[in-house]
Amino acid sequence: MSPARATTILLHEIDEPGLATLEVYERRGGYQAMRKALAMEPSAVLAELDASGLRGRGGAGFPAGRKAAFLPQGDMDRYLVCNADESEPGTFKDRELMAKSPHMLIEGIVIAAHAAGTSRAFIYIRGEYEAQARILDAALAEAAAAGYIGEHILGGDFSCAVVLHRGAGAYICGEETGLLDSLEGKRGNPRLKPPFPAIQGLYQGPTLINNVETLSTMPAIIRMGGAEYAKLGVSGSSGTKVVSVSGHVQRPGNYEVELGTPSREIIFTLAGGPPEGRKVKLWFPGGSSSPVLTAEDLDIPYDFDSLAKAGSMLGSGAIIVVDDATPVLDVALKLAKFYRHESCGKCTPCREGTNWTVRMLERIDAGEATPMDLDIMSSVQEHIIGNCLCVLGDAMAMPIGSMIVKFRDEFEAHMQSRQLAGAAAGAIA
Amino acid sequence: MTRVTRYAHGSRVPGWDQAADLDKEPAGVPEPALVEVPAALRREIEAAMALYPDRHSAALPALAAAQRLHGWCSPEAIEQVACVMRVTPAYLSSVATFYDMFELAPVGRHSVYVCTNISCSLRGADELYAALEDAAADDPQINLRSFECLGACDIAPMVSVEGSYYGPLQLADAQRLVDDLQAGREPIPDLALSRLRSADPNANA
Repeated sequence: MSPARATTILLHEIDEPGLATLEVYERRGGYQAMRKALAMEPSAVLAELDASGLRGRGGAGFPAGRKAAFLPQGDMDRYLVCNADESEPGTFKDRELMAKSPHMLIEGIVIAAHAAGTSRAFIYIRGEYEAQARILDAALAEAAAAGYIGEHILGGDFSCAVVLHRGAGAYICGEETGLLDSLEGKRGNPRLKPPFPAIQGLYQGPTLINNVETLSTMPAIIRMGGAEYAKLGVSGSSGTKVVSVSGHVQRPGNYEVELGTPSREIIFTLAGGPPEGRKVKLWFPGGSSSPVLTAEDLDIPYDFDSLAKAGSMLGSGAIIVVDDATPVLDVALKLAKFYRHESCGKCTPCREGTNWTVRMLERIDAGEATPMDLDIMSSVQEHIIGNCLCVLGDAMAMPIGSMIVKFRDEFEAHMQSRQLAGAAAGAIA
Repeated sequence: MTRVTRYAHGSRVPGWDQAADLDKEPAGVPEPALVEVPAALRREIEAAMALYPDRHSAALPALAAAQRLHGWCSPEAIEQVACVMRVTPAYLSSVATFYDMFELAPVGRHSVYVCTNISCSLRGADELYAALEDAAADDPQINLRSFECLGACDIAPMVSVEGSYYGPLQLADAQRLVDDLQAGREPIPDLALSRLRSADPNANA
């Protein structure tokens, strides 16, 4: 194995015993970045975040410094929300970060809250993460007892309460406005945008929403300095990223790489590639919502811009590998059923489109489809994209649409073989 | 993907084809004097409400607390939460029906969620779910559900037993899991997620 790179920031010594406790975290230099940030003006902290070039790690990849600067000035209540609803199929980086180094997240939250001037922070963690919620609860209690969160942090003027809020099982609550409605105690239906949450979010106040990994990176940025952090990675995609690799690989897991590392190195050198004798058929570079790539795309550098140029996206940074023994129809059907189940039902294109896509895929599998159905299915996907309040429908339409384009022959062959099988069974009967 | 119960003409709503009782008033906010709420539950809900600028935000934690006590979001549980939170039962029902983890009918007390999403199914989750269905078939105390991605694709195929993660499971582990639960032991402790170190060779270098 070639030494891919030496820089680990988030996963550095992640398995050190007791890292989840304040004692060990502080012994490793924890909360020093928070002290440094609180001694700086909020605008100076924002400038460091801007200089770091850090882009959001939750899926959209929006520059984190710019987002924090969007919050209007003024005397209203402002909020910080940490999106820990990690539900994108294939993604499990936030789980490991929260369970093993919860204080890193809390430190990042205080830094971001100081920069954006928010006095209350909420961590919205998905309901299924019970063990992780218990760890965070204990860490929050320790941080509160040490005076790192709550009233007058470190005896200064800045106060920020941090509340852990548990969800109850809904993929849509990872969408930021769905999350806000859920946090307000409602059904998690996404809202119309604009106004964006930075202007009118939680309880109608300006709200900054960041992913766990984004916030967990902030202590390192303050410690190193934004300009130094920006030297990691490549232009347009600075820093390191924890990539969750799963599916048909020999060593599934979280790997921290500098952005711009060749995808092949992540999938083969780090995760061990597909099992003996199998080949990569297709892979999702950024969770199940990203358009699929094939074996030909394995040399694309793993960063925001290169993946976008290849027609896909970095998304939440979750690579799912599918080998050549798996029919593409099975993958498409699994995904379509997932999005059908998770559609909140508010917008018609998504609610109906996910349902009809499942039915058409089932028709293909049952041998009842005609070649025209593939075109109809493609057109359904096109009509979902961009026509809903949020991107849940798009998140099905993009991968399914890309599968129909890239594996049309296989879909047609599947259709024909099922039709023949059906005809043969009919003849015998 | 829970199986949806269907009523007359395939509707999801029981009694939709019955005439509505037009004389009946919709349920309002319950009268505190008329609803008996267990003291511990009341304390838990009031503590949750105090955490937020708006008490409605406590709907999810309050329903979760009531479900822990009653086993499911029964009409009685919802009425108790509504009474403490000063909201209508209809508001809470609308919330409870949105989220997968709220049970709308009585279930067994051991929850076993099997992830059957893409990464786990690529590694045999559907077969594992079938094996668990067989193993737990005659135990009403086991609430077996196939679930969406639980965020543990590194230990695929995996299960979440009462909130703790276990994996990767072989088919033979299905019976062992059920046996452990029935004997009141910690299930398949050798497969607990917490045993694992990071897969990244540079993480602990």
